[in-house]
Amino acid sequence: MLENFVLPDLYPAAPELFLITMAMVLIFVDLAFGKTRRWVVGLLTVASLFGAAVITVLTADGQTTLTFSNLFVDDLLADFLKILTYISVIMVIIYGRGYLAERGLDKGEYYLLVLFATIGMMVLISAASFVTLYLGLELLSLSLYALVAIDRDSSRSTEAAMKYFVLGSLASGLLLYGMSMLYGATGTLEINGVAQAVNQMQTPKTILVFGLVFTVAGIAFKLGLAPFHMWIPDVYHGAPTPVTLLIGSAPKFAAFALAMRLLVYGLLGLALEWQTMLLIMAIVSIGLGNLAAVAQTNLKRMLAYSAISHMGFMVLGLASGILTLPANPYVAISAYGAALYYMFAYVLMSMGAFGMILLLSRKDHEAENLEDFKGLNQRSPWFAAVMLILMFSMAGIPFFIGFFAKFSVLLTLIYAGHTVIAVVAVMFSLIGAFYYLRVVKLMYFDPPLDTAPLRSSLDMRILLSGTGVAVAWLGIFPDSVMLLSHEVMKSLIG
Amino acid sequence: MEFKTILFYLFAAVLLGSALRVITARNPVHAVLFLVLAFFNAAGIWMLLQAEFLAIALVMVYVGAVMVLFLFVVMMLDVNIERLRQGFWSYLPLGGVIALLMLGEMILVVGGRYFGLENFPGQNVAAGASNTKELARLLFTKYAWPFEIASLILLVAIIAAVMLTLRKRGDTKAVHPSDQIKVKRNDRVRMVKMQSETNISLQAGSSATPKGD
Repeated sequence: MLENFVLPDLYPAAPELFLITMAMVLIFVDLAFGKTRRWVVGLLTVASLFGAAVITVLTADGQTTLTFSNLFVDDLLADFLKILTYISVIMVIIYGRGYLAERGLDKGEYYLLVLFATIGMMVLISAASFVTLYLGLELLSLSLYALVAIDRDSSRSTEAAMKYFVLGSLASGLLLYGMSMLYGATGTLEINGVAQAVNQMQTPKTILVFGLVFTVAGIAFKLGLAPFHMWIPDVYHGAPTPVTLLIGSAPKFAAFALAMRLLVYGLLGLALEWQTMLLIMAIVSIGLGNLAAVAQTNLKRMLAYSAISHMGFMVLGLASGILTLPANPYVAISAYGAALYYMFAYVLMSMGAFGMILLLSRKDHEAENLEDFKGLNQRSPWFAAVMLILMFSMAGIPFFIGFFAKFSVLLTLIYAGHTVIAVVAVMFSLIGAFYYLRVVKLMYFDPPLDTAPLRSSLDMRILLSGTGVAVAWLGIFPDSVMLLSHEVMKSLIG
Repeated sequence: MEFKTILFYLFAAVLLGSALRVITARNPVHAVLFLVLAFFNAAGIWMLLQAEFLAIALVMVYVGAVMVLFLFVVMMLDVNIERLRQGFWSYLPLGGVIALLMLGEMILVVGGRYFGLENFPGQNVAAGASNTKELARLLFTKYAWPFEIASLILLVAIIAAVMLTLRKRGDTKAVHPSDQIKVKRNDRVRMVKMQSETNISLQAGSSATPKGD
């Protein structure tokens, strides 16, 4: 029975296998050093992620390779997203270290769960079948649910974890239901096979669209698009800030991969249907996110609503790639490239903003309210400037990275003929600029409530400054990453 | 009507009825027991489809293990059903409309037109084929990667459960057998040299007498 079995090619999955092995090693390292030398575990986690990045770069050949009986795909998109994931997770660990240590939460389990979440993201990013897509998503989500509850004696955290868990399970259920419909209609779980079946139009469209609705709902939940955004403010607010930082950064790349793999790879034949759904959700998200953020006094909640509106903007790019079928590759490349660039820009800015909250927090004080930023300029002019750059960039003021991200998305949107939607999106961004600029006003024109000096580790200061400089630098010279993301999309579509 | 068809309708009817009772039962213990019944009937339907391994696994794993645990949890937690039902009537109109819409759409799509038997020709399977063996072969060859990822998910569940519930407390009276074995005589018994004394009762008696003034 097994004579025609060929051992799968493990080479394309080398980064995943390496990280899984390191996770197993870490369990024992934590057992040995967890009590006496805690820094060993954190250091080894960062080293493993760094090693995985090196392996990914070394094994990246720009080719699309399928392995594990067509369940796993290694292509340029996967490599690019994985590298971004490693970088953001490493930054999350470095940013969060001090905060967690002060509260006694820097247990070995934290690092392990972060590593498992990373593995989940990688599996999701490299999924070539509904099975691996779903399993990657579950591995990621389960680790995140547990991480939100890591401060188990805080009722706010556990409540947030519970909400996240219940709503997340519901969304996974929706996604699975949609996938099962697609499987029933096309008879295959492989994304390539689904794409072929959809293109041949043999299957009844009714079932496909029915499955598509549930799939899009699942994706929208993971991205945090309205009306599936309910969990975002509560979870962002309730989770310990380093975990919020994690949820707001790397998993966004995984959710982007989920949308790309399912919608663009699998269901491109139904693009005209899902683009309409995405457009409606995008506009609702941009409107709701920006309006609700104005009313927040808690910075974490404000950033949560801002995340909803940013995801809406990103989806505008995804929703303007196809004008007519068959697809025009140039339009598709620039639209999906713009979406990828937006995702990159958003994660960079969001990490910086949550990093600032962590920088200002002390053992007995969570600097998560807007008034904690009052008079930051007098306390630390440099970090006030970093926050100024981040806020200007998030608001989309030229010339920062956020401006070019918004600009390129709007350009493709107008090219796709949705001028009205573009105008509405810009209007809501104008409203959104109010709450970003309010932070700047508080930092520069209000007297400080709290004059304690900023204390944080050197690596965090360097990274945070680096983030601010990158946001400004990539705003003045946006070409490099923009070209890279277009190149990634070109290798997929062109 | 063939006997198998009758069986199918019987299983299906009981399955739907008990599933409905799971969500309407007032007593949570009853709800769990109805879920057990629903699982049994689902297993019956799978058996009719000749998926005997899945049917047995469903009964053994879900009914035998998961549901029993569930019963324990439900019995230990004091679930206040009245509080759970708070807001039921205020959410009912909106929820009901959405549910009815979804139900209508589902009936339109998931009916016999698209998912009827004629759309899914059965695969020709040899008479004595064991689907346990076939599942095992697939799990360890074609689906080896998802199988491993599933094991990682279980590992995460273990780690998370330990992290969220294990508390090291100083005041517990837990016994550590290894410490008990390693114990030496000197740890437990202290030899004290004392001189023998006499007239203990007399001294104790005199000191115990209350002083009058």
